Amino acid sequence: MSPTTLLITGANGGIGAATARLFLERDASCHVYLGVRSGRDVAEAITADFPGRCGILALDVTKAADWESALAQVAAEGKTITVLVNNAGHHDDHLLATMPAESWASVIDSNLHSAFLGCQAVLRGMMGERFGRIVNVSSLSALLAPAGQTNYAAAKAGLIAMTQSLAKEVARMGITANCVCPGYIETGALGEMDGESAKERKKAIPMRRFGKPGEVAAAVFFLASKDAAYITGSTLKIDGGIF
Amino acid sequence: MSDSFALHDQIKAVLVDDLMLEVEADEIGNDTPLMGPESLGLDSVDALQLVVAIEKRFGLKLSDPEAARGVLRSVNTIAEAVTAHRSN
Repeated sequence: MSPTTLLITGANGGIGAATARLFLERDASCHVYLGVRSGRDVAEAITADFPGRCGILALDVTKAADWESALAQVAAEGKTITVLVNNAGHHDDHLLATMPAESWASVIDSNLHSAFLGCQAVLRGMMGERFGRIVNVSSLSALLAPAGQTNYAAAKAGLIAMTQSLAKEVARMGITANCVCPGYIETGALGEMDGESAKERKKAIPMRRFGKPGEVAAAVFFLASKDAAYITGSTLKIDGGIF
Repeated sequence: MSDSFALHDQIKAVLVDDLMLEVEADEIGNDTPLMGPESLGLDSVDALQLVVAIEKRFGLKLSDPEAARGVLRSVNTIAEAVTAHRSN
């Protein structure tokens, strides 16, 4: 079995960076490609901490051409992606009645269409290896469908259904596809919340605290491991017991 | 002639090993249809696996779905396509 080559999108964000670091720390032989769109300061810091074991890929996950050139770079380095973590995405909350159409489209694009493009880009290589792990980062919003997130909840729920359907298509090829659904995780996105709302949210969480990015990363690491070979089409929620 | 037989055997090995078909290689006839009635019963997922396996083992790319359908009819049709590809 060749060593793990991981590509994680949104690697400059909280969950993405924590996942990259966890793989690099726990699997000494793995190589990690960090997919980044605009910001790359966090990704560069990871690369500096693990010299020779990371590569940064300029990747707007909504663009097929970007996926093509990113995968061409990976191939040119003689590597095949065996683990894909579709983590990039954004939310843009509005009530549906007043949601700008571009907000709907861009959230579906970055959270759902992106994962379609990513899976399509890596599947051939995984089929050739007869091994692959796809972990899609969905959200608790897919299951709770909160008001104000019709676009995000639909995209993330779509991601779960896409993952389940794909899991069946590739099951015989040694490839698994699963979702994780993080709840409230201490990342930049959560930082936008004011102290009072944060306190209120914590009251609704049985564990009375927000999750840490590393706690999502650990779940991704497990689903990407060889130990998780018989788990596919699953949705693992990481939410302190909310749902 | 022996080369051709070896190729047919290699293709049957791909069918049995890569597609994990519940048959022995020697139970597969060179003209046994791979898909449809009275066939080995390959489905679209098997076909996709076969396309990938043929590219990996024999270097023959079947990127056009129409052409792939023509090639993936039997062991013989695959062998013919691989042989044609090798002589090019």
